[in-house]
Amino acid sequence: MFQSIGVKPLTPDPVLQVEDLSIRFQTGRGTVQAVSGVSLAIAPGETLGLVGESGCGKSTLGRAIVRLIEPAGGRIHLAGQDITHVPRHRLRTARRKVQMVFQDPFASLDPRWTVGELIAEPLHIHAVGTREERRARVRDLLHKVGLPQDAAERTPHQFSGGQRQRIGIARALALDPAVVVLDEPVSALDVSVQAQILNLLSDLQEALGVAFLFISHDLSVVEYVSDRVAVMYLGRIVELADRETLFRAPAHPYTRALLDAVPRTDGGPHRAAPLAGDLPSPYAPPPGCAFHTRCPMAVAACRTDRPQLRAVGPGHSAACHLAME
Amino acid sequence: MALLDFASPPVSSQAAAAPRDTLLRRLLRRPSAVVGLIFFALIIAMAASADIVYPDDPLDMVAQPFLWPGQDAAYPLGTDMLGRDIASGIFHGARVSLLIGAVATLVSLVIGVTTGAVSGYYGGRLDAGLMRVTELFQTVPPFLFALAIVAILQPSIPTITFAIGITAWPSLARLVRAEVLKLRHGEMVAASIALGASDGRIILLHILPNTLAPVIVSASILVASAILTESSLAFLGLGDPNVVSWGGMVGAGREVLRTDWYVATLPGLAIVAAVLALNLLGDGLNDALNPKGARR
Repeated sequence: MFQSIGVKPLTPDPVLQVEDLSIRFQTGRGTVQAVSGVSLAIAPGETLGLVGESGCGKSTLGRAIVRLIEPAGGRIHLAGQDITHVPRHRLRTARRKVQMVFQDPFASLDPRWTVGELIAEPLHIHAVGTREERRARVRDLLHKVGLPQDAAERTPHQFSGGQRQRIGIARALALDPAVVVLDEPVSALDVSVQAQILNLLSDLQEALGVAFLFISHDLSVVEYVSDRVAVMYLGRIVELADRETLFRAPAHPYTRALLDAVPRTDGGPHRAAPLAGDLPSPYAPPPGCAFHTRCPMAVAACRTDRPQLRAVGPGHSAACHLAME
Repeated sequence: MALLDFASPPVSSQAAAAPRDTLLRRLLRRPSAVVGLIFFALIIAMAASADIVYPDDPLDMVAQPFLWPGQDAAYPLGTDMLGRDIASGIFHGARVSLLIGAVATLVSLVIGVTTGAVSGYYGGRLDAGLMRVTELFQTVPPFLFALAIVAILQPSIPTITFAIGITAWPSLARLVRAEVLKLRHGEMVAASIALGASDGRIILLHILPNTLAPVIVSASILVASAILTESSLAFLGLGDPNVVSWGGMVGAGREVLRTDWYVATLPGLAIVAAVLALNLLGDGLNDALNPKGARR
């Protein structure tokens, strides 16, 4: 059922590479540093999970990668091409390689279009194929995402949330992208439907070799789908490791706190959630380590020096003064 | 009643197999909308058949003046002070009213929808600039503005149409801008941008079709107000002197209101019927396009 067990080695040429990316928003209350100096890389066919509390900047990062938001600094490389500053109208070729699936399948599909038109839209935009070829492609995509062929003639409101998300996935895959950014793709769905969509995603990845950046606040979902996991806190990546390591031996106290907050059903000793307080205001992030205000282990250095993301093991890095190899 | 439709949620996607709930069907479920539709259809029929039923120029003097309605079967609505057939005037006047109402609304739609869409989609300075222009237009009462334009340009059907159209668009622009703004920052537009769609494609194919409902409703009200404005201009003597117009007939009949009140009242009733019909229709469309509980 679920194929991608184990760690795929990071190939030397990642399909998506983000370097030192920063995103700022100007608002009436001042400047928000939504994303600060984030670097990550995704190998072809890999799923990188991106977790964090709401407001940590994970969705902003995902939207910047598909160029819905202009970054303030840093670089985004897509299949070797630097797309950070390519003007929007010249972005078309790059767009074919990176696509996005949105959280709300009710809001992201035009309610007046038929499913067939919606799935064919990327093909129209990029002038792919003849009318007949596009129609065949839509049939093929409907089949791939497990929707009946007659779905093409209907409008999105005739489908359930899970089915609509399948439509969104079909549309994102229409152009055979190398990377798909999945922004909380199952958060709006019933738990029973979530598993179906997650299985569909891993089947599609297996079949198409597409890489996923899987953004979610739900650790169990991320554990289920990811090869590697990045944990974000207040706009920064605080820990990055392969799935096994991250869930069995987390190095950052924030990751540990997140894991402890997941209710256990395996009969193990109950661990109380130690994380107190709310996410600090992104308008005035705490000095030093941003997590020190809520960290149970904080020492003096945490209040003044910001820890850099550094290797704490093979393929495992954490931004914590106290993390040990 | 019609409310029952919303009480039962769709059982499955198979519900689509049921007969489609078209706009006309939903419209016909509302008695006021049906009345509006009937009146509106009557007025269109009058305008369409004017040349057949009354082939002669309605400005011709055809009988003795001040024939009361019913006095002569050949002139069922009587004649005015110059012996012109009032029924013929009302039939031909329907043409002028509908023509000016429709074309002026079209002018307003083009200016208002374009301004509103560009303003709402692009935002920023462009939006600020366009909205100041819109406000500038709104500071002058539309009727006085139209009056001034017609007075300067000489009254004729094209100038009256232009004057009404150019003064009626600001409310439409603001409406469209608000609707576009709602969609602009939603996921539908974000998804389209991520797919690589151009701004024009997003505005024309995704945003505007989804703002159609309120635009159709306000367009039907705009037609009514254009007819009213044209009648008011004609009443004040600023109508096209070469055609009959309901407002002009009311204006002419005003002088004999105490003795022969029907001369002003009958075309007045035609104006009331047309404006009422369009308002009822607009109300009905509003309900039919935005039923509670139904998703837009």
